[in-house]
Amino acid sequence: MRRAILGLALALSLPVAALAVQPDEVLADPALESRAREISQSLRCPVCQGENIDESNAPISRDLRLYVRERLVAGDSDAQVIDAVTTRFGEYVLFEPRAEGGNLILYAAGPLMALVAALGAWGFLRRRRETATPVVALTVEERARLKSLMDQDS
Amino acid sequence: MIAELGHFALILSLAVALFQTVVPLVGATRGWPAWMDSARPAALAQFGLIGIAFAALTVAFVTSDFSVALVYENSHSAKPMLYKITGVWGNHEGSMLLWVLILALFGAAAASFGEHLPPALRARVLSVQGAIGASFLTFIIFTSNPFLRMNPAAFDGRDLNPLLQDPGLAFHPPFLYLGYVGLSMSFSFAVAALIEGRVDAAWARWVRPWTLAAWVFLTIGIALGSWWAYYELGWGGFWFWDPVENASFMPWLLAAALLHSAIVVEKRETLKAWTILLAIMAFGFSLIGTFIVRSGVITSVHSFASDPSRGVFILAILAFFVGGALTLYAARAGTMTARGVFAPVSREGALLLNNLLLAVAAFVVFVGTIWPLVAELAWGRKLSVGAPFFEQAFTPFMIALAVALPIGAILPWKRGRIGRAVATLRPAAILAVAVAALTFAVSTGHSALAVVGAALGAWLIGGAAIDIWQRAGRQAGRLTRLPRADWGRVTAHAGLGVTFIGISLLMAWQVEDIRVARVGETFTVAGYDITLAEVEELPGPNYTSTTAVMQVARDGRPVATLHPEKRVYPVQAMPTTEAAIHSGPFGDIYLVIGDPQQDGGWAVRSYIKPFAFWIWLGSGLMALGGLISLSDRRWRVAAAARRTPGMVPAE
Repeated sequence: MRRAILGLALALSLPVAALAVQPDEVLADPALESRAREISQSLRCPVCQGENIDESNAPISRDLRLYVRERLVAGDSDAQVIDAVTTRFGEYVLFEPRAEGGNLILYAAGPLMALVAALGAWGFLRRRRETATPVVALTVEERARLKSLMDQDS
Repeated sequence: MIAELGHFALILSLAVALFQTVVPLVGATRGWPAWMDSARPAALAQFGLIGIAFAALTVAFVTSDFSVALVYENSHSAKPMLYKITGVWGNHEGSMLLWVLILALFGAAAASFGEHLPPALRARVLSVQGAIGASFLTFIIFTSNPFLRMNPAAFDGRDLNPLLQDPGLAFHPPFLYLGYVGLSMSFSFAVAALIEGRVDAAWARWVRPWTLAAWVFLTIGIALGSWWAYYELGWGGFWFWDPVENASFMPWLLAAALLHSAIVVEKRETLKAWTILLAIMAFGFSLIGTFIVRSGVITSVHSFASDPSRGVFILAILAFFVGGALTLYAARAGTMTARGVFAPVSREGALLLNNLLLAVAAFVVFVGTIWPLVAELAWGRKLSVGAPFFEQAFTPFMIALAVALPIGAILPWKRGRIGRAVATLRPAAILAVAVAALTFAVSTGHSALAVVGAALGAWLIGGAAIDIWQRAGRQAGRLTRLPRADWGRVTAHAGLGVTFIGISLLMAWQVEDIRVARVGETFTVAGYDITLAEVEELPGPNYTSTTAVMQVARDGRPVATLHPEKRVYPVQAMPTTEAAIHSGPFGDIYLVIGDPQQDGGWAVRSYIKPFAFWIWLGSGLMALGGLISLSDRRWRVAAAARRTPGMVPAE
């Protein structure tokens, strides 16, 4: 029984102790390896919280990293590799969502908002110049208050 | 017993907060001085009571009172004392208690330093603060009570998440909260001004130091968090565009915008309505940040304690305050008449451009952060938005900001000429081009990121130098006699340039090496000879450590001996990496020890991170600039000179 508990504890603690990219995963060809790193940084680990598979310690991320490298060695292009992973796990794994359909709103939001803000600012500046009125004179009460304050000071 | 005392103080503070919300507001409406003045003792009492509650919780953690459920879940008797104390806010309940404690601290500060505020404005500001406090105290007492007991008491606790057992936890959350909650002061002033229907230079003068203080705290908090990630996560990432990071970044951007637009209100009495709106939005985004972290609707590495029902509660608080303030704004914004007139090319125009860029940048971050939620609700699509998107969408606005900043900073008020400003800045432009050429020559692969980033950084730093030189009338003797606000401005602007250089050169030039090394083996990474000299097992207070001794040399001369560690915390069965970093002015050497390999070697990661230190040096300069500006004696001199209602200084 005690041995079983110990075994369980080891089983629980060991796999997570493997950190991110392991030396045995690294490809011999530096060009391919750097492409693999680039790709893994844009793919999200399916089971972690907001980590990409390049940084993640989860076993599935290791599998995905190995898969990405396998495809690259087989001669796939970057886009093909990413497509292959996306077909299996859904668009959830893409850290850079595809610019299509509803996602176009996401990509257009920033530039559109900048345009709207620029037009708004421009309109404001024009209106300011047209309605530029001379400074309104003080009201009677304000003048009385000013006088009393000036008297106080001197 | 002590926990019950804290619990009781917490409930009492809610009652005081409710009093503080209602009575001063009625007093201000009816013009009853006694009712208005009751806000001040109430604010102090609220702070005192929450302070007692916080102290009681701290005692429970320090004495390892495992009959308190929260202590059982987040502490352990073998945990070092520092982490017993910081563990108080290393969990949901405790961090919310810290949140309201800081809120009450700001309320008490406004009550104490607000002697020269018009009584009605002061009463309304404190009343709004009281309302924010009351809603969050209700939230704590009904959904996240830190004082709940458990029976029977546990023998020992479940320990704190090892990633949080770091000195970073001692400072990162408190500073961040000082920033978040500091923006509540700007919000309260905005709402009070809307109720009174009066916004003038005096109001802006009051709001600016509070906003500046909040922004300084946020800057420090965010920089500390990113530095913590840099050394703790084991591969040297410093910014992940994680929802929670974005949640702190949006208020930072808006606070920076507010800081600048309040200058226009103060000096030129225009952009009033916009400034009020910014004040509301800045705090609104602080609340959205709290909502994102606490609800867990958007999964994030930071959501160590999240719960949907709590999220709904915070959403209700958010809807009430932001919705209420915006309704008030819609009703009153039209009455705020602007006085100063200015041409598009002028200091005012430049500050408007600053606001436009910062606000749109914050909007981009916001849309990207909530997009997964929108897509799921609208089309049932589960998707992610991460670093690649934000880097593309956000960077253009920062580039535009950096290009425009030095020009805007030296433009005169009312009307200026771009040609003249650019001519003045010619040395900075030459510096930027030279730095660009140098970067282009040095970088392999001719990375555009490195060239553009370094050039913009040089442009910002050179521009700041010319700015202060112009202010001093081109006479060295007058530099020391300039107001501190001028020094603050150029320090912060130069700091931004330093951060630009750090981020772009680090991202473009970093070198990484992953390999298996045997003990005694030497390998070369980017010109450094690294030797894995020794690996030993060492016991820690509540963990066991695998510590490596690694020697770094360059051209045969030793550079440093580093001790990267791998720790295992048995209570949570969780490993952490403790990278060893040799920090230098032009780059860091960052070493990580991994797992033992079957054939006897060790997995070793080595990173060379050029200019990494500059990122935090620049952030530090920005915060320092804010502090210098805050120490400007004009805030205090004005206090002594003018005692007229409506023209009241900051402290």
